[in-house]
Amino acid sequence: MDKNKWKGWLYLLPAILFLGVFMVYPLIDVLIYSVEEGYNFASQTYFDIGFYNFSYVLHDPYFLQAVKNTFLMVVITVPISTGLALLISMGLSSIRPLRKLYQTVYFLPYVTNTLAVGLVFMILFKKTAYTDGMVNLLINWFGGESIDFIDGPYWAKMLVMCIYIIWVVMPFKILILTSALSSVNQSYYNAARVDGTGRGRIFLKITLPMISPTVFYLVITGFIGAFKQYSDAVALFGTDLNAAEMNTIVGYVYDMLYGDSGGYPSYASAAAIVLFVIVLTITCINLLISKKHIHY
Amino acid sequence: MKVVLQHLTKTFPSRNRKNPEDVTAVNDFDFEIPDGKLVGLLGPSGCGKSTTLFMICGLEKPTAGKIFFGEEDVTDLPVENRGVGVVFQNYALYPHMTVKQNIIFPLQNLKGAQKLTKVQMEQKALEAAKLVQIEELMERKPSELSGGQQQRVAIARAMVKMPKVLLLDEPLSNLDARLRLQTREEIRRIQRQTGITTVFVTHDQEEAMSISDIIVVMREGVVQQIGKPQEVYDNPINLFVARFLGTPPINLFEGQAQGNGLYIGDEMVLPLEGVADRELTVGIRPEGFILTPDGPLSCSLSGVEVMGRDISVVSTNPHGLVASVRSIIDAENRVDTSNPTVRFALKPRKVLLFDRQTGERVAFQTPQMNR
Repeated sequence: MDKNKWKGWLYLLPAILFLGVFMVYPLIDVLIYSVEEGYNFASQTYFDIGFYNFSYVLHDPYFLQAVKNTFLMVVITVPISTGLALLISMGLSSIRPLRKLYQTVYFLPYVTNTLAVGLVFMILFKKTAYTDGMVNLLINWFGGESIDFIDGPYWAKMLVMCIYIIWVVMPFKILILTSALSSVNQSYYNAARVDGTGRGRIFLKITLPMISPTVFYLVITGFIGAFKQYSDAVALFGTDLNAAEMNTIVGYVYDMLYGDSGGYPSYASAAAIVLFVIVLTITCINLLISKKHIHY
Repeated sequence: MKVVLQHLTKTFPSRNRKNPEDVTAVNDFDFEIPDGKLVGLLGPSGCGKSTTLFMICGLEKPTAGKIFFGEEDVTDLPVENRGVGVVFQNYALYPHMTVKQNIIFPLQNLKGAQKLTKVQMEQKALEAAKLVQIEELMERKPSELSGGQQQRVAIARAMVKMPKVLLLDEPLSNLDARLRLQTREEIRRIQRQTGITTVFVTHDQEEAMSISDIIVVMREGVVQQIGKPQEVYDNPINLFVARFLGTPPINLFEGQAQGNGLYIGDEMVLPLEGVADRELTVGIRPEGFILTPDGPLSCSLSGVEVMGRDISVVSTNPHGLVASVRSIIDAENRVDTSNPTVRFALKPRKVLLFDRQTGERVAFQTPQMNR
């Protein structure tokens, strides 16, 4: 019995070591950094323990801008991308010919490099000395005036950002939803057809509840993923996100650590803790709602 | 409502590239189901019985042929307008709805003049629930019910709109043996009580025989025989039907008609009339044996199983076409197990003759029958 116990721990050891070194220790360290006031990176000293770092971060206009941007991205992209993915996967599972081809096409963005996608968006949206970008050409063709999507007004930048995020996150959702839809037993649909159920009612009363666990999984991971948004913003607006007013919370953390005005691990840690609290709260709310709506 | 099937045929395109011929699931099914009867479609898996059921209900479109409900041609009528109730093999109860919501669901789809108020719906749902005796389970979820209870809910949901025809696809296959017995009585009761023309599909011959008014035996898409269960059992049209019906199954021997006798090996087991000399397959029902010391058929005894009311004598015969000969005799008989040989006389009405090549039934007379 005792011997087995040791064996068990031995098997767990590699995972525990890795998790301990790369997950648990840094987490604790971040917590410690975030309460050390006036921490000096060079001398590794600090003045006091307290909540000044949090107060600084929460009063920093750049941080507030980042929080606003992140929340906007989350609120806009999660529902739209999930809804669109649901529509597309419904379409995919109802067609027969060319289904494989369409599935591949819709999955391509998932295996495409973020920066490569960024490049495509540049061609579509960026104004240069030679061209206003494809989208502006379209707008002009319909008689509108060119808009500078990359260096222009805030709403235009946010629009491009959201389109970009939706485009990048959709393939995974389509993949998951398509498999969820195909796992719904055909006899439920047959039963519904026998009873003369309309298409809309079948979707709302049968399909959606049946795949609701998957939908909630996608919403929860979607929220978490969107809150951690950073690289996509860099791909579109470059590394100086503060100047572009398009910084995100993770971007702010990065800037505080390594940016041109960086070198403040305490502020970075405090911001990271704030992000953690936000994500935790939202996820808890999500789970509470999903418990109410998933019954089996 | 009588249901008429006229030359019903269904072919599916082949998915096998090496053999691109179409697969014929149902071939020229021609039958009139009388009003208010319980009909069992019976056959081994893949014989087209479920396809036939789905064509009647409208989920599958026939390749050729017509379907009538009463005088109305429903061949091209979509499934929702046919007025059928279907119980699926896995019941297809919506897992996220309560029993009540499941039963009410079909009623909520009604439109126009048929539309019901909430109170009427509840009333109808309760009636359907009472019919299958589940009224105290209305607030439960399907996952909180036993298999038999789920089955009842599925029947209630199929019955709530008072369909013209009730269709059941393998209704008992997901239940354990005891529940199966109970539920088939239940199906019979509900059918009698409502008088709805009912078609059900099964591969279990006992199930079909016990509750059907009429059974239809199918094989590879072709109807073999239609009739009352006892008729089909006593007078199977060919070897396939004879083998498919009956537990324990019919015993088969190689035999010959010679002169005026039926021979199994060198032993003349029955006097025959009206059969020319030919090679035959002899089928003897397990209850067709009479244990007697001077019987003409000798078998070597391999075991005796006492089953209370009956005794099952297991023996072998060199001319037997099945591994062992199983005969069921009255428990009042005593079997001398020390003797390696048992001898049987045969009840002529339980002996069936088939052509050795085609398996078609060969009619015969025997002087004993007229006695």
